[in-house]
Amino acid sequence: MIKVLYFARLREQLGTGEEQLEKADDLATVGAVMERLKARGGPWAEVFGGDQPLLMAVNQEMASTGSALQAGDELAFFPPVTGG
Amino acid sequence: MSNRISVQAEPFDICAIQNELRSSSPAVGALVTFIGQMRDLNEGDTVETMTLEHYPGMTEKALQKILDKADERWQLMGIRVVHRVGEMKPLDPIVLVAVASAHRGEAFQACEFIIDYLKTRAPFWKKEQTPDGERWVDARHSDDQTEERWKR
Repeated sequence: MIKVLYFARLREQLGTGEEQLEKADDLATVGAVMERLKARGGPWAEVFGGDQPLLMAVNQEMASTGSALQAGDELAFFPPVTGG
Repeated sequence: MSNRISVQAEPFDICAIQNELRSSSPAVGALVTFIGQMRDLNEGDTVETMTLEHYPGMTEKALQKILDKADERWQLMGIRVVHRVGEMKPLDPIVLVAVASAHRGEAFQACEFIIDYLKTRAPFWKKEQTPDGERWVDARHSDDQTEERWKR
């Protein structure tokens, strides 16, 4: 399983802050997960459709769409950060 | 030399942190502190309260990386970063970055570097409460340009 987290405005748009995805062979990269999420349609297509700025992290390190995923990983999606 | 990071809901004591860092060694000649605090105005609208969300675990890791980078670039004698999360109101301090070193040049530069990188790399998000409702703060393009400034 892969734990997927959504933060801030993304969580509100999607209506969920966390879910578990089965780690199938076709979910080898962050980009592959994004395609799977986008295919859900509605707000998922808006968020993962490429029109809004999106950052991602794997196991709490900044990542990109090409980053590899393994079972047990933690994947997070969030908007550009606004701390400080 | 010690570096310490805290992400916390509680308000922090600016003077206590400065004194602790400043007196950590008699070789410290300079202490530079940055305080970021909440304003009651953003983009022309009144802001009543603000909520700071973060990514527990990654926030501390990201801040540690930034501090490690600062240590690689400058000769420093200690760094303290405290960032509040949760609800705040105007005038509440949000973030403190304090840097001690032998001389002021390194302390000034490292302090600015750390807050600049925090603003583009640390997973915090601000949500404002205005008289017209709630809204998430958008990341500033100028912050990304500021980070470019530090590229060597």
